[in-house]
Amino acid sequence: MPAALRESVSPLPTPAPAERKVLSIHEHMARSLPVVAGSQPAAATPAVPAAAKRDMAALWQQRFGALVQSLLPPVLGFGLLLVLWSIVAQGNPGIPGPQETWAQAQEIFRDPFYRNGPNDQGVGWNVLASLQRVSIGFGLAALVGIPLGFVIGRFDFLSRMFNPVISLLRPVSPLAWLPIGLLVFKGANPAAIWTIFICSIWPMVINTAVGVQRVPQDYMNVARVLNLSEWKIATTILFPAVLPYMLTGVRLAVGTAWLVIVAAEMLTGGVGIGFWVWDEWNNLNVKNIIIAIFVIGLVGLLLEWALIRLASAFTFEEVKA
Amino acid sequence: MTPNTPNIPATPQGKYIEIQQVAQSFKTAKGLFQALQGINLEIAQGEFVSLIGHSGCGKSTLLNLIAGLTSPSEGTLLCANREIKGPGPQRAVVFQNHSLLPWLTCWANVHLAVERVFGGRERKAQLAARTDAALALVGLTHAAHKRPGEISGGMKQRVGIARALSMEPQVLLMDEPFGALDALTRAKLQDELLEIVARTRSTVVMVTHDVDEAVLLSDKIVMMTNGPAATIGEVLPVPLARPRNRVALAEDAQYQACRKAVIDFLYTRQAHVEKVA
Repeated sequence: MPAALRESVSPLPTPAPAERKVLSIHEHMARSLPVVAGSQPAAATPAVPAAAKRDMAALWQQRFGALVQSLLPPVLGFGLLLVLWSIVAQGNPGIPGPQETWAQAQEIFRDPFYRNGPNDQGVGWNVLASLQRVSIGFGLAALVGIPLGFVIGRFDFLSRMFNPVISLLRPVSPLAWLPIGLLVFKGANPAAIWTIFICSIWPMVINTAVGVQRVPQDYMNVARVLNLSEWKIATTILFPAVLPYMLTGVRLAVGTAWLVIVAAEMLTGGVGIGFWVWDEWNNLNVKNIIIAIFVIGLVGLLLEWALIRLASAFTFEEVKA
Repeated sequence: MTPNTPNIPATPQGKYIEIQQVAQSFKTAKGLFQALQGINLEIAQGEFVSLIGHSGCGKSTLLNLIAGLTSPSEGTLLCANREIKGPGPQRAVVFQNHSLLPWLTCWANVHLAVERVFGGRERKAQLAARTDAALALVGLTHAAHKRPGEISGGMKQRVGIARALSMEPQVLLMDEPFGALDALTRAKLQDELLEIVARTRSTVVMVTHDVDEAVLLSDKIVMMTNGPAATIGEVLPVPLARPRNRVALAEDAQYQACRKAVIDFLYTRQAHVEKVA
């Protein structure tokens, strides 16, 4: 049986030990896959180090293959993007191509943290200013939204009281709240933070409330049989059970906030990546706008990645019977 | 007749838990669903009672009523001459799917119950000792610091039992506690339960659909008719002497007779379950 199997794998009928050493790299790979075929020649050959070396080579070959397999599609995707971009740039003299933009980007990132007065600062300062607004607005929204989500999820009366209001306000573009913010806070910066607050509060309220409502009835029955206090229920049952839902809300909120901050800053001005885009448009510096688009995308990607890591670290495996 | 001791209420041996004319109905989309009807049952202190019947006959509904997790549409339930108004640690429940909190260790799951019941009266060291003792009782001292996700189904169920027993409940209510386990683990846990109950002299009500389990463990088997509007069809006393041994009982005539009576009830007289469902 092992002999038959070996024949089906190896193209050589009954390879002599000498012949085996000159097998091509593909044959090495084919041999290393099935266990029986791989162990057979190793037992027959006295030169064990040579076999081990061959196995290592096959292993690296496999790893390299897997790497190519995983990298090829995204590389092709970005390649397609660059090709389309070049075609569009060729047709429109106003739009810079990838090469010019790359050169400009190198120029900009040589010193991203310069300061020439309030309206001329490096892209790094602009990104940091935007991130600061997002984190303040988001932090305030979390402070209000998560506890609100908890009580809405826990008490049916509050759920029926707040749900219509949330349903009405949630679809409103957060930018519609910007004038209210300007009016109340009498300043561009707090108004932008207010806009971020509004747009990031909904996902946190809704996801936390849904999480609380979906806490398995079994856990609540345990709480009832043990007669736990409302505080103990909140800390030992609700909070850990809701955490994954809450973190999903946080992720959605941060994603939305990062979308909205660009638009908000275009309207409010000051320092920030959104304002930077608008400023470069006024300077007709399209290269910088394209660079800003990539920077915004990259920062958003990093935020998303960090929050997914955080969420998976705090998600408990559901225990099944 | 018997003189009452001051701290034990006047409960004649025959009735510790009393269920009188209990009915339970649920509102559904199709209207009112009558789950239980005309349930009358008395359970003595220290008695082991099994509820058996086909699925959907309301066994778990009845157990939830005794636990106080739900209240009946009609009738009254009494425990030690007091009406059962809600769930509480004096009637501990072992849930069908163990219901351990996955983010707490086995020890912390048991400790949660111990802390709740004895936290007001005892010091921390005593509470910890109680938790250790409960885990030792089910033979899980070695798994105390593991999370439920890291142990087997049988071990999880044992932690569930340890949690219930750690509260020193007056009544132990079990909803198909061994239903999800393989036959060997089930037998082992049944033997452990027999031992523990003999030691603690607890009053136990257990829902099951396993005939052998019911006969082996119970003093009394309550057989329920098929739903809707299920009720108690027959109550079978199991007069087998304790301690019981499953191997010795396998050929015991009385055991066989009890087993036959339950099978006869379930599969001859209440066999129309397929038509209903």
